[in-house]
Amino acid sequence: MRTSTLLSFAGIFVAVSAWHATVAPGWVSGYIVPPPLEVWLEGVKLVRDGSILPAFLLTLSQTMAAIAIAGAFGIVCGWILYRHRILGLAYETWLGALFSAPLILFYPILMVVFGRNPSAIVAMGALASLVPVILQTRAGLLGVRPVLLSVARSFNASEAQVARKLLIPAALPTLFTGLRPGLIYAMINVVAMAYLANFGGLGFLVGELYDRFDIPGMYAAALFTIVMSAMVFWGAERLEVWIQKT
Amino acid sequence: MSQSARINLIRAITLVGLWLAWEGLARSGLLYRGVVPSNFSVLAAAWKLLTDPAFYPHVLRTSQEVGVGFVIGAFFGLALPLLIGRIRLVGGVVDNYVQVLAPTPKIVFLPVLLVLFGVDAGSKIAMGAASAFFPVAVETFAALRQVNPVLVNVARSFNATLWQSITKLDLPSMAQPVLSGMRLGLGVAIVGVLLAEIKLSNRGLGFLTINFYNAFHIPDMYAVLLIVFVFAAVANALISWLSRALSKG
Repeated sequence: MRTSTLLSFAGIFVAVSAWHATVAPGWVSGYIVPPPLEVWLEGVKLVRDGSILPAFLLTLSQTMAAIAIAGAFGIVCGWILYRHRILGLAYETWLGALFSAPLILFYPILMVVFGRNPSAIVAMGALASLVPVILQTRAGLLGVRPVLLSVARSFNASEAQVARKLLIPAALPTLFTGLRPGLIYAMINVVAMAYLANFGGLGFLVGELYDRFDIPGMYAAALFTIVMSAMVFWGAERLEVWIQKT
Repeated sequence: MSQSARINLIRAITLVGLWLAWEGLARSGLLYRGVVPSNFSVLAAAWKLLTDPAFYPHVLRTSQEVGVGFVIGAFFGLALPLLIGRIRLVGGVVDNYVQVLAPTPKIVFLPVLLVLFGVDAGSKIAMGAASAFFPVAVETFAALRQVNPVLVNVARSFNATLWQSITKLDLPSMAQPVLSGMRLGLGVAIVGVLLAEIKLSNRGLGFLTINFYNAFHIPDMYAVLLIVFVFAAVANALISWLSRALSKG
């Protein structure tokens, strides 16, 4: 194990100890910041009574559905914007502006359009991750070395051949790079919408524990959400490195 | 036709097309009535809001929460890497944490912030600060790694104090990436504050949005969203302008 990884775990230990040391003497009310042990026990209870894992799996599957939709549309749109340079130039700044726009605010509209059911959450995730996927796909395709394209052209390769034999293999690693920010945006928006609209997976669970005033449980569920999403992103990053190697 | 003229033509056609498509959808009756209101009713609602004096306290409230939250978040996002980043091992560890935590959905900490800072403006400011912190910290850590090591050695051999090396060396060479981090940070701070207002509040633009939604005043809701998007775009443009001005100066 690398020293920095080891130190990172040591840092977590230090942080939890500091947390315990602040709360134990009663400097902060235990109602507001429960001691770490209590949060841990409450977390174990949430796992045992089967409320946290199904919530996580629901959030994960909704995120995956969202990224699948955004990936399919986004890669095609990115391809079109690459193929027709003028369209790419015309829409690039707009897409950049949309990327930083607070799209999550559209969630009430999606709830009216799709109804208060999981498809509204998937639609929110897909909508939010569509823009980064489009932008990254276009950037990835633009990064294909022009000399390869000239070679293909001088061998009279057809459009389909260029796509299949050259662009897709050359752009594949970057396509995955585009899907990863998409995944992050999808997950953030899926969780946020579940929390705001009071239905769905992890986001809903955290909000519900707050409403029941189960404060240690709420801390446990919020921390669990952060840790699990960090692990999903880490897994995606590993997968990307692995794909780029092969 | 020149390229820029063609680009402008495409953009104009797109705008008109979107406008017509929206209007067509609104009149087609395909969706439940009122879900997609006519453009004209949205514009009328926006005009009504903008001319209503009761609207501005909400704008002020949201601006204050975003402003204070962003300043707090950006300050810590800048100060933490600058102070800790120079201690190699500790800096690396904190950098790791920041990188891992940055993309996670921090909205789940809103209930925790509600408990810690109360249901009033405090929790919204905290949400804005927590949101703004990460993009700024990520960019600052990354920029710190890019500072020319030769210059760092020169500063060290001239016995520069901590304050001198931060102000004379780190900050000038990091201005560009840090400002782009701040632009991202401001964007997510706006989102964080609005989401917190939507969830639980009785004032602000987020509150107005969800209030109109609950009353099914859909054109008014779209009008608030339109104004929020303009608000976000203006804030964004302001930081871009600042970043250009600084990089020139």
